[in-house]
Amino acid sequence: MSTLVLEQSLNGLQFSVVLFLIASGLTLIFGVMNFVNLAHGSFFMIGAYLAAWISGATGSFWLGVAGALPLAALIGVALEWLVFRRLYHRDHMVHVLATFAFILIFNDLVRIIWGPLPLALNAPPALSGAVSILGVPYSSYRLVVMGVGVAVGLLLFFLVTRTRIGMRVRAGANNREMAIAMGVDIRLLFTLVFGFGLVLSALAGALLGPFVAVEAGMGDDILILAFVVVVIGGIGSVLGAAAGALMVGIVDTLGRSVLPAMLSSVLSAEYASSIGPALGSMMIYLVMALVLFWRPSGLFPART
Amino acid sequence: MSERGGAVSRLVLAVALLALAAFPWAALATGYDFYTGVVIRVMIFAIAASSLNLILGFGGMVSFGHAAFFGLGAYTAAIAAFHGITNAWLIWVLAVVVSGLAAALVGAMAIRTRGVYFIMITMAMAQLFYYVFVGLRYYGGDDGLRLVTRPGVGLGIDLSDENTFFLLVLLWAVLAHWLLARLIRSRFGLALSAIRENDVRVAAVGYGTSQYRLVAFVIAGVMAGIAGSLLAMHNLFVSPKLLHWTQSGSLLIMVALGGVGYFYGGIVGALTFLLLEEVLSGTFTYWHIYVGLILLAVVMVAPGGLCSLLTGRRRTATPGGGGDA
Repeated sequence: MSTLVLEQSLNGLQFSVVLFLIASGLTLIFGVMNFVNLAHGSFFMIGAYLAAWISGATGSFWLGVAGALPLAALIGVALEWLVFRRLYHRDHMVHVLATFAFILIFNDLVRIIWGPLPLALNAPPALSGAVSILGVPYSSYRLVVMGVGVAVGLLLFFLVTRTRIGMRVRAGANNREMAIAMGVDIRLLFTLVFGFGLVLSALAGALLGPFVAVEAGMGDDILILAFVVVVIGGIGSVLGAAAGALMVGIVDTLGRSVLPAMLSSVLSAEYASSIGPALGSMMIYLVMALVLFWRPSGLFPART
Repeated sequence: MSERGGAVSRLVLAVALLALAAFPWAALATGYDFYTGVVIRVMIFAIAASSLNLILGFGGMVSFGHAAFFGLGAYTAAIAAFHGITNAWLIWVLAVVVSGLAAALVGAMAIRTRGVYFIMITMAMAQLFYYVFVGLRYYGGDDGLRLVTRPGVGLGIDLSDENTFFLLVLLWAVLAHWLLARLIRSRFGLALSAIRENDVRVAAVGYGTSQYRLVAFVIAGVMAGIAGSLLAMHNLFVSPKLLHWTQSGSLLIMVALGGVGYFYGGIVGALTFLLLEEVLSGTFTYWHIYVGLILLAVVMVAPGGLCSLLTGRRRTATPGGGGDA
């Protein structure tokens, strides 16, 4: 049991890191542009597809990841230029519908380009082994994913809190009109934030690709988890996204793995196997409900 | 509208409804009886879409979780049938209770918030119900649940006959839209629209704005639940996909295509969406992309939907969003 808990806690941490990559971009786009982007999950999928495609052609996983990011950025910036920047001044309903349209479009586009079957994206062979942590063998690739995620998170935090461009981003999130009045080129800033957020989502997809099937619609469900993270953390707050991702990643992973195991030791096996998975999947939403009950605008609200 | 105009439009409506009631027999006579099932689906989704339009277009609440109540109604019918309950009246009572309670729960959480938060909370809470049914292996889990027989209404009426079932769904659709029309024109409906426009002012006049929003949310949820129970009775099959958030997206698309805040928006939208689906899926392997492109075009070019194009005038009110300062 303790082995299971340790292993699943590590899995939860790793999932948290991936969730943070998705949710931080989502929360920045909300915070700065006040724009609801449902297509954020599509870029998770696009990142995984591009990485699988390039690494399949070159034989190198890391080349695949490295090639996927600029391509995803290009697609994202083009989308912002052509469509989304025309919608910032419209209401949220319009944002939701337009970006939902892109979910439908992207899900079919990847099927048209790469076929209906899932693509294979294999973790680099050098990382296929396991490392011993407190006597428990643990996948070294998963550890590297955690490392990359934490490094990107720190970089993001540095960018937002310590650089001039980060200052403008925070200014834009806090008071858009005032930022414009102070001479911030808000259009360029919006394009930058949008592209950067989508690249983070694509990176998450590329890194998570080896664990999941790289297929159309793979970003649809993780988008909801990223929403839960953003709601818990507070819209527009990168720190909130980190806290929310940690909660959601760990609660979701332990809820799905450890909770059914615990239930089966209390209840009859048949009953536990029926109720366990349902209860496990519900956990994060219960956490979200609790957090919202105490703090209706999240743990770290960016706007006051 | 003048008294005379009202009488004329009532006459047109009555003739249209009579023609619709005769549809399955006309279809059968001309060999198009395949479309009877399509029109049944259109009427069921029209109830669901119009109920969403009540909170979206008239209440200004962008709910991205409406499929949860629709799916809960469907599952209520299927689970009741699974346990041997074949009385449709009892099933409808149960569906009202279940979807109403769920809508009260989700609504109580969601109406405390505005704007983006409202969208995300309704979406997340709906996904919670989706996972409940994915996890409930006793009721089929991922694979869904089959109804062995269609529940009946008694009174010597045989619902297993497709044309009779058509009339039943038509009756429900008329009842639902009649109730909606009365509701929108009532004091309650006017207050709801006023809250959408400016909730602070309406609160200052002495209305409990949260209660109004919550009651509207529950009414919409109950109507979606009834629609769901009808779909379960029609398909004789339910699956968790009915509750998935992309299904909520489809309901939103219907309202947007038809016209947010137009009384006929839900009906026109459900008809357009399901016909598009019928035509596109028969023509192309990958047809969702065309739905996406059409939706994008409507959002960019005709934000009032088809009803705004048909009537040639814009609504004065601004639907959805807003109020998130």
